[in-house]
Amino acid sequence: MSLDAQIASLRAEISAATTAATDEAAIEAVRVGALGKKGSVSALLATLGALPADERKAAGAAINGLKTEVTALIEAKAAELARSALDARLAAERLDITLPVRPAPTAEGRIHPVSQVIDEITAIFSDMGFSIAEGPDIETDWYNFTALNFPEGHPAREMHDTFFMAPSPDGIKRVLRTHTSPVQIRTMLKGNEKPAAPYLTPAIDPPIRVVMPGRTYRHDSDQTHTPMFHQVEGLVIDKSSHIGQLRWVLEEFLKAFFEVDNVTLRFRPSFFPFTEPSMEVDVQCDRSGAEVKIGEGSDWLEILGCGMVHPNVLRNCGLDPDVYQGFAWGMGIDRIAMLKYGMNDLRAFFDADKRWLDHYGFRPLDLPTLFGGLSS
Amino acid sequence: MKFTLDWLREHLDTTASAEEVGKALTMIGLEVEEIVDPAQKLKPFVVAHIVEAKPHPNSDHLNLCKVDAGTGALIDVVCGAPNARTGLKSVFAAPGTYIPGKDFTLKAGVVIRGEKSDGMLCSAAELELSNDHDGIIELPADAPVGVAYVEYAKLGTTVIDISITPNRGDATGVYGIARDLAAFGLGTLKHTDMSKVASKGPSPIPPLPHVFEEGQPKAIRKFAGRVFKGIKNGPSPDWLQQRLRAVGLRPINAVVDITNLVSLGWGRPLHAYDADKIVGTAVLRNGKPGEEFDALDNKVYRLDETMTVIADDLGPLCLGGVMGGIRSGTTDGTVNVLMECASWDPDLIAQTGRKTGIVSDARYRLERSVDPALTEPGLELATRLMLELVGGEAMEPVISGEDVFPNTVVEFPLSEVERLTGLETSATEIEAIFGRLGFKLEGTGNTRSVKVPSWRPDVTMKADLAEEVMRMVGVDNVPVDPLPRLNHVAPRMLTTLQNRRRLARRTLAARGLDEAVTWSFITEDAAKRFGGGAADLKLANPIASELTDMRPSLLPGLLAAAQRNTNRGFTDLKLFEVGQVFHSVQPEGQRTYATGIRLGTTRHWQGAAKVSVFDAKADIAALLDAMGHDIDKLQLVTEPAAWSHPGRGGRIQLGPKVVIGWFGELHPNELAAYDLTGPVAAFELDLDAIPEPRRKPTRSKPALKLSDLQAVSRDFAFVVDRDVPAEKLLRAARNADKALIAGVDMFDVFEGKGVGDGKKSLGLAVTLQPVDKTLTDEEIDKVAAAVVAAVAKATGATLRT
Repeated sequence: MSLDAQIASLRAEISAATTAATDEAAIEAVRVGALGKKGSVSALLATLGALPADERKAAGAAINGLKTEVTALIEAKAAELARSALDARLAAERLDITLPVRPAPTAEGRIHPVSQVIDEITAIFSDMGFSIAEGPDIETDWYNFTALNFPEGHPAREMHDTFFMAPSPDGIKRVLRTHTSPVQIRTMLKGNEKPAAPYLTPAIDPPIRVVMPGRTYRHDSDQTHTPMFHQVEGLVIDKSSHIGQLRWVLEEFLKAFFEVDNVTLRFRPSFFPFTEPSMEVDVQCDRSGAEVKIGEGSDWLEILGCGMVHPNVLRNCGLDPDVYQGFAWGMGIDRIAMLKYGMNDLRAFFDADKRWLDHYGFRPLDLPTLFGGLSS
Repeated sequence: MKFTLDWLREHLDTTASAEEVGKALTMIGLEVEEIVDPAQKLKPFVVAHIVEAKPHPNSDHLNLCKVDAGTGALIDVVCGAPNARTGLKSVFAAPGTYIPGKDFTLKAGVVIRGEKSDGMLCSAAELELSNDHDGIIELPADAPVGVAYVEYAKLGTTVIDISITPNRGDATGVYGIARDLAAFGLGTLKHTDMSKVASKGPSPIPPLPHVFEEGQPKAIRKFAGRVFKGIKNGPSPDWLQQRLRAVGLRPINAVVDITNLVSLGWGRPLHAYDADKIVGTAVLRNGKPGEEFDALDNKVYRLDETMTVIADDLGPLCLGGVMGGIRSGTTDGTVNVLMECASWDPDLIAQTGRKTGIVSDARYRLERSVDPALTEPGLELATRLMLELVGGEAMEPVISGEDVFPNTVVEFPLSEVERLTGLETSATEIEAIFGRLGFKLEGTGNTRSVKVPSWRPDVTMKADLAEEVMRMVGVDNVPVDPLPRLNHVAPRMLTTLQNRRRLARRTLAARGLDEAVTWSFITEDAAKRFGGGAADLKLANPIASELTDMRPSLLPGLLAAAQRNTNRGFTDLKLFEVGQVFHSVQPEGQRTYATGIRLGTTRHWQGAAKVSVFDAKADIAALLDAMGHDIDKLQLVTEPAAWSHPGRGGRIQLGPKVVIGWFGELHPNELAAYDLTGPVAAFELDLDAIPEPRRKPTRSKPALKLSDLQAVSRDFAFVVDRDVPAEKLLRAARNADKALIAGVDMFDVFEGKGVGDGKKSLGLAVTLQPVDKTLTDEEIDKVAAAVVAAVAKATGATLRT
């Protein structure tokens, strides 16, 4: 058989085998059969050495032409088979991506509205140069009432529905604090600079700007009153702060807190033993719908109490009321949380119903800041 | 207190509408609770006649009534009132009527125990006219059937209800309210004639002696009394009855109605005795311990020596300043009356009121202080009304004791108004305001002597006077003035402890736990089981009989919450609370804990995982990390908390004494107590016990040395006794070559076949980090041998073969 015929025959044979190969192993066998050390094309190449010199060049070109040709053919087929093998594997590896994944822990855990609102309040007052002051929940009668100018036996004490502690061996009368106001005393009281525990705020010299969030207790229970609730008070003491500035602080706070452009407040003279003059403050709102809209409408909603710190309170703390003056205010944290976020039953705050926490709670990374916004 | 617009106009010459009056009252600190036009809400109620009343066949207390309500047909009504009887005229509401006192709307076609009831006969309480719900309203026989009750009873006048703060005794009468409104500029106060009325002769009784034990509290200051002879008592005139009814009082008889009129009208409580029922001599004295007193509210009170009574030879006639007694009460048949107008010590009245729990119109006024200048004039006013309404002869008044006048004079710098309020007010304006309020100013210049009127004992100092000016100018007119801003970036606001609570909350929520806020007080049983229950950490007056003890731990609250959620069908729970616990009543006994629980199995197609002690350990480790502490560098003790499964829990300590946290699976006994199916993983971390990080002079972090050389890892499988803590192996391996070993991880724990009884196999991966040159195989083998030797020495472990 002539060389040309051999080449043609091999070409046809390899081409047919290549076409017939259906998987990677088969095409590899074809490649080895043709181009391997003992392959048919390699064997043909090996015959070159025996040819006379004058024929060798042409024969070499022809055989190498075949080699190049079948190499390309096999490689193309191999690539095609590899591709389809991959496709087949990938097809087999298909997963149902509609299957639900485990929820992220951050999607499950929620921050209680009371904590969130305290963080919101903190963010706002940090901008006004306030710090946070704290005192104990179990207070002495002196801190809770006497120092705050509640005379013994005065009807004002009755407004407070106090929880009394059982008698203590030391004979000191103690109550569950009915308001966070005793923390005002702790913050101002001369001699209280080194309190007994690190969480207790030590007394500081004026100027004083503090806010005092915390748990408070009154013997009362219905839809809007629970025996335990949360209050936040503010206290500003220096040598010049007056009611005009109190109005500014409260207006600015409420605007920032409710995230509205305007609030209209109504100040009514009132009575608290620890402030003089004293006022209650109503906020204008719209209560016609299911939600309370602050900053619009024509209804008034009582929201806080405030006043100038009573001269007797300043005196009780060792401050001269003719030199120092200032104001204080207090409001219910749960109450403003309800107003802002639309809960209607205070009792649910303390029931730890998972459904309620998941619905009214806040995402762990929803950190209220002034730069990022109080609420998302 | 409630009053009508008509009543106010009797004391205030004004053209202001109810709305304007309401607005002004709120502005000056007499907060309006409600302005009600009763004609609106009570329109549907009509006068009706009970034509027949007979007992309900299926009830021992209900009556079947045939009622004529002027509709032309007799209506069947089932009525439970004891006074429902044939012939009575009362008030009827047809189906569809809203009953304000009950907050519901009557339905049609109601059947009560088998008998039809097409409407309702009403009590005064159901109409919100008073608290009287003892029976249905009784109307005179001549009341016109079918006529609207509001029209018949002339309830048409607007009723204003205001709440009065404890300092404003002067505003507990309509006259005082009118005085304040007049000062505000809403009209002119009309003067009341309280001048002396001539007597018909000497008093038949002597001035009441004050007979008090030495050292005992004496509530009476001045007792002014007057005997009226030969009066004709009976129902008071319509105008008076309607006035009292409009504000929720039940007319009794003319004499009693006069005392109520003066009490509400002028804030001057009176008391009337039937003089013929006084046996022997009336005196003022202390109550006797255990002495019983039959009061007008039909209750018997036990008195004590801190109270003051008016008593005769038989015992107390009246609990002074608080409530009269039944024995000497006036009736329609009363002929001779002793009228009392007395002045009392407000604090002692308040104390007696609290002790007895009596809430009366007299106590309400007297504990807020009543103008001492009204004691005798008040009696003269009562005399005028008595003579006008019941006739008879007024005898000479009998007076004993002395009124107490504070006669307060305050040295008041007019500039104090601006200092405290920021309000710029002229001297002329301040003078005018004080003049209208009845305060007298003396002197010139900035500081004046201000004499406080007798009806304002609450005003004692400069701040009080500044408030009076501001009240009359209106707080809304105080200019808003920005608080000076900081001239620097706000400093750090939270202390480390305060910030930790925030971090703890966010960390735990980010780990999937929901934040709960639970009561600070728990049951005694729960408190005792969690290490509390001390006698002085109990409440003297708990809100509910079970919530008696201050919580020693947050776990009981969380477990109770878990129980409630489980009962609602939610069994997969992750809850935490960051809050205070109470270890003593001292402030330092209060600490803040971060506490959490996990329970239930979340079923998922990727596999369900039961909670275990390791979830709790992971939570507490995450918390510690958030506070800047590595749990592996703290002391872990395998003695768990009392609430824990004894073999599945531990505690974290700083040194031998300071425990900062506990974690574990809940003990089956605790699971049973809360009816929970375990396991429940729980942890407690005492946030206050974690040491503050040391403050360094700069915030720069330690220098970081990074090696370019590749780290090498070698795995070891050790077999060791089951009781040996894994931590011991980890620690030994870590310490085998401190220079080269960068980390040791535990990748496998196995017990069972092939390991041997009482043994476990632990897989440790030791990472070696070469420092200055690549390690040779020999060097690596050397370290590996050192690890094996160190672990073997520390724990007796052998390499698994």
